[in-house]
Amino acid sequence: MSKSSTKLINQRPPAPWLARTRQLLRYGDRPWNALTITMAVLTILLMLSIGVLLWIDSSESRAAFGWNFLTPTLNATWNPPASQFLAWPFIYGTLITSITALILAIPIALGIAMFLSELSPSWLRTPLGWLVELLAAIPSVVYGLWGIFIFLPLVVVPVGVFLEKTLGEVPGLGIFFIGPIPASGSSRLAAGLILAIMITPTIAAVTRDVLLAIPRSQREASLSLGATQWETIWKVLIPYGLSGILGAVILGLGRALGETMAVTMVIGNSIEGTPSLLRPGYTMSSVIANEFAEAFNSMHTNALVEIGLILFVMTLLFNIVARLLVWQVGRRTPQEARA
Amino acid sequence: MSSTTQSIGAPSRRLVFSKANFRRRKIVNGIMLSLTGVLTVVALIPLFWIIAYVIYKGWQFISFAFFTQMPRPLGMVGGGIKPSIEGTIVLTTLACLFAIPPGILAAFFVAYKPNTPLGIAVRFGTDVLSGVPSIIIGIFGYALIVKPQGHYSALAGGVALAILMLPIIIRTTEEMVKLVPQNLREGSLALGSPEWKTALSVTFPAALNGIITGILLGIARASGETAPLLFTSLGSSNYSIERIVQVGLATHQNIFQIFLNIVEEPCDSLPLTLYKYSQMPYPELVSQAWAVALILMILVLAINILSRLWVQARVARMQGR
Repeated sequence: MSKSSTKLINQRPPAPWLARTRQLLRYGDRPWNALTITMAVLTILLMLSIGVLLWIDSSESRAAFGWNFLTPTLNATWNPPASQFLAWPFIYGTLITSITALILAIPIALGIAMFLSELSPSWLRTPLGWLVELLAAIPSVVYGLWGIFIFLPLVVVPVGVFLEKTLGEVPGLGIFFIGPIPASGSSRLAAGLILAIMITPTIAAVTRDVLLAIPRSQREASLSLGATQWETIWKVLIPYGLSGILGAVILGLGRALGETMAVTMVIGNSIEGTPSLLRPGYTMSSVIANEFAEAFNSMHTNALVEIGLILFVMTLLFNIVARLLVWQVGRRTPQEARA
Repeated sequence: MSSTTQSIGAPSRRLVFSKANFRRRKIVNGIMLSLTGVLTVVALIPLFWIIAYVIYKGWQFISFAFFTQMPRPLGMVGGGIKPSIEGTIVLTTLACLFAIPPGILAAFFVAYKPNTPLGIAVRFGTDVLSGVPSIIIGIFGYALIVKPQGHYSALAGGVALAILMLPIIIRTTEEMVKLVPQNLREGSLALGSPEWKTALSVTFPAALNGIITGILLGIARASGETAPLLFTSLGSSNYSIERIVQVGLATHQNIFQIFLNIVEEPCDSLPLTLYKYSQMPYPELVSQAWAVALILMILVLAINILSRLWVQARVARMQGR
């Protein structure tokens, strides 16, 4: 007792620098707030600076080609030595593979989401959800490797031959199914199928969350009126969550547009005149992946950056729309009412 | 008039409980509900197919030497992937250094002030940033670091991967900080400790497990990415930390310089090596690519599964089940 009190009395006043530091620490909230705010602002600046850098670095190409760069055209020109660049073949490749992927992925993803949120017993829900999400965690190069050696020869080639014989004969639609599909299977169809596998978990997970956010009362009201469970899902839950589901689909589309490695490995990387799904193609991301590091001259680099800029703007728009749609469902539903 | 009476008095034929209609609805119900189950199974087929095949092909090549040897020249049998492993470690470490501190600080801001304009902007920004294609982030890394410096480097690759990790870290940290009970924080503030001290010594430890999970998920994402590295760290099959350190010691450089040299060289990474090998016409390299795929997949899937288990246990405990 006495020892501690003498110690207290005998304690010398702290050195001035120490006192100042202590004082600063006591009123450290201002620096702390400043620090967190700075970091928050930095993340937003990072977003903006991506767009700005892409814009600056593509200036030569934008000045040289203007809007012609991205307008649809039949004569595909991509000639680095002559500095002649038109991006349409790549835009077309990206769009056609992504749309193919969406058409295949939407029904499957909706099925998964319905099963996970409405039907699955609760002990199965979490592990199944994880499995679906693991599908999204596999690195895209692994998809590509599996695609080249297994999926293309075993699945894509037979499917391609079948499509050529059936849909290829249909007038109008047949233009998308003109064969022959290459023996290796490298084609826009292959890219579309791999993309479908890769974006299904994204769409399914978000749709499941949207369905789970719908209040229980909606289901109970519908069931008590005598609707079957399927009618409840299809006529009540889907319309209720439609904007969220649309958001999920657009998120999936955004992922498909930007996916690089798996597509580069299976699409065949060639500019061809035909719009056919069964022929090799090229996408915006894969041309950047293939040519950027070995660009011929600065105009070539600029043109590639401009393709990147177009891709960035496309995914940005889709993402913003998708997020707004998904947020809307969440906000419309009060927290307590959720299932 | 008569139609109105009819619809009130005697419902139209179609609305009457007809047995046929009822049976049709039940059949549709059964078919569609089982279809959702079937579709779930169909979607999982590729997962098991890929995992099974990668294990089958990759297992044959895995050995101790595969991890510790340098690659052999083209066409020769054997050799390992030591540069890619070292490169992956260097790149991931750099990415963590650049992404974790700002990510956690920004997440603290968002978690405490979610409805301020800046908070909304950050949440929206991270959502959008996570949707930016990784190849675009590669171009960004190139324009930001490679072009001004004039050479490819591990540093540029690390920055690109950090940008990929950032949204994941911010989102998970924010969720976890929000899960910490409010009264813990209020208790600390009531005892007179300032906000920053509360955040660092009360909230942060309480949320630490969840934050680590977010970091792990970020690492899993970053270590599997190829596209942002193609023109930032480029790849180099003779990357060797040991060599750089020895050269550094021989020329009497200090530790800082040696570290800079490690970071300033272009380096390989596992996914980059996988991509390169898969494009080669040598069967030897292709089978090595399968082995790399196996390592990569074990790494990514293990991190994912473990961190999910961890988070689940954590959330259950925090919600006081």
